[in-house]
Amino acid sequence: MTPLLLSHFTASTCLGRGLAPTRAALESVASGLKLCDFETVRLDTWIGEVAGVDDVRLPAALARHDCRNNRLALLGLEADGFADAVRAAIGRLGRRRIGVILGTSTSGMLQLELAYRRRDPATGALPEDFTYATTHNTYSVAGFVREYFGLEGPAVVVSTACSSSAKVFAAAARMIACGLIDAAVVGGVDSLCLTTLYGFNSLELTAPGPCRPYDAGRHGISIGEGAAFALLEPAPAALPADPVLLLGAGESSDAYHMSSPHPEGLGARLAMERALADANLSPADIDYINLHGTATPANDAAEGKAVAALFGTAVPCSSTKGATGHTLGAAGALEAVACALALRHGFLPGSANTGQLDPEIPIDYLLATRHAEVRHAVTNSFGFGGSNCSLVLGRPA
Amino acid sequence: MNLSVWIDGIGFVAPGLPAWPATADVLAGHAAYESAPTVLAPPALLPPAERRRASRLVKAALGAGLEAVSQSGADAATLATVFASSSGDGHNCHALCETLASDDRAVSPTRFHNSVHNAAAGYWGIATGAMAPSQVLCAYDAGFAAGLLEATVQVATAKTPILLICYDAEYPEPIFAKRPVPDAGGVALLLSPARSPQSLAAAKVSLGDTPAVAMADAALEKLRTDIPAMRALPLLQLIARAQAGTVSLEYLAPLQLQVEVAPC
Repeated sequence: MTPLLLSHFTASTCLGRGLAPTRAALESVASGLKLCDFETVRLDTWIGEVAGVDDVRLPAALARHDCRNNRLALLGLEADGFADAVRAAIGRLGRRRIGVILGTSTSGMLQLELAYRRRDPATGALPEDFTYATTHNTYSVAGFVREYFGLEGPAVVVSTACSSSAKVFAAAARMIACGLIDAAVVGGVDSLCLTTLYGFNSLELTAPGPCRPYDAGRHGISIGEGAAFALLEPAPAALPADPVLLLGAGESSDAYHMSSPHPEGLGARLAMERALADANLSPADIDYINLHGTATPANDAAEGKAVAALFGTAVPCSSTKGATGHTLGAAGALEAVACALALRHGFLPGSANTGQLDPEIPIDYLLATRHAEVRHAVTNSFGFGGSNCSLVLGRPA
Repeated sequence: MNLSVWIDGIGFVAPGLPAWPATADVLAGHAAYESAPTVLAPPALLPPAERRRASRLVKAALGAGLEAVSQSGADAATLATVFASSSGDGHNCHALCETLASDDRAVSPTRFHNSVHNAAAGYWGIATGAMAPSQVLCAYDAGFAAGLLEATVQVATAKTPILLICYDAEYPEPIFAKRPVPDAGGVALLLSPARSPQSLAAAKVSLGDTPAVAMADAALEKLRTDIPAMRALPLLQLIARAQAGTVSLEYLAPLQLQVEVAPC
């Protein structure tokens, strides 16, 4: 692809609001996970909850969008001056020329779950104050963000489970390449809800303690939540200082199973190969891989096989989910931001909570943070239904 | 970049309209439209376990998709896909919410993995073996326009055929009262970068301000507005009538999707 500039980016998770606490935690291999105390959920699992989401107030004119997911979206947009950067872009480019392409898996699901506790005892009806379109519906986060900025360009939600907000970078790049838009607000927002906590628990995919990616004794995921955004636009001839570029994207399907990855990681490998080809790079050009690394036994084994087959032990890699938890539909954009921080600040994040590496997975997995120049980084995101996406980010020569 | 594609196959299922040939007859004015509950065929391509688990939503998507593929003669195993739906499976969502509002919150694992918005795309992959990229979108009522835009953009950038499948199904009560989609419907278009003997029409897509066009027939207009995927009907009517023209399809007001159609 023609390289695109991440002219602004931000991320908010259980590690904190914005880039500074995110970088500090990733660099020091700290974790934001805690024993699950979300809402009324009492499960033997750990979560990555963003502090203060309940205190966020949407502007009065947008009150019909009020739900945890859109509050988290607003919290994320207001970090690091990202919203101001979008407004400045609107001033430069116009409200028709900026797209909104966001990933989420559960959107405002919690809002419907809570409404089901308040059904009319006689009729079973949902409470009057429940608004479907602007909270529960999968599109609502893109609709909210588009309206928050008064944008009038294309907008859409990509919802492919845990690859959602990696795929938004590819979709935005295509729209920009076609000249439909001059920039895009891309990102992912996914918030804690009962469906995912009890759902992953029912599949026996949640760990009893904090998740331990690529650990020999890994026992499953810790569910997190997060909001990560980037403003994506064509790279100008005169690049700003410390530019981070999107260089390539690769997408594939496992065509194998609804909730298990292909055991040999074939879909994962295809996504990485296609991303490298799109970036016109070879495996030897890559300095760091941010793995999907959910810490389920099957996912890390399958991804590990794919990475080993393509990169051998030559490329250092790690999962940052021991720090943030698995933020599901926000993971792709969040981990693209983790790569952007690695590129900008020259560090390869270690893996929080991982103790004893799995000897069956022959890759160069980083337990501790390594300080080194990073020129090109790959980030992997793989979702239920066998949806895979890899991105290549980099700095110019 | 010129967003022009060739439409090489059409799949369709909706209330009273079981497949594309019957739908084309109605849209061309050769037969009257009579609404009736949507008839969904079991997806024969799926392995038995997945066939049992396939919801009405998945059946609508797979049925429409397979019809478009078989018309075009394309190989489903190599096709990239774009799926667009205004929601996931409503019955599944209702059952999950009932369980989660009860004292025993133990949800079924199958219900959980069927709750993802990309369930139909996952089943399609298992059914066809396609390891090509698959996009899954939601744009509330604008799903068809959003899907057609993404699919034409993919044809223009990848220069390969793309299968677009846009599909919706009903919610049960109590969600139905908040989102009254009454029945299942699906429309699939096989879009190609080059003309072939199978090509039915050429379509050129652009963004514009012309208000979205309605169907002249009251019953078809009700269908267009009842089920989000049926926002495709004005475009399909031009194709069914082998008529050249431009239609404006509902997108994100004031922005609409203009499609210029020329029959083959």
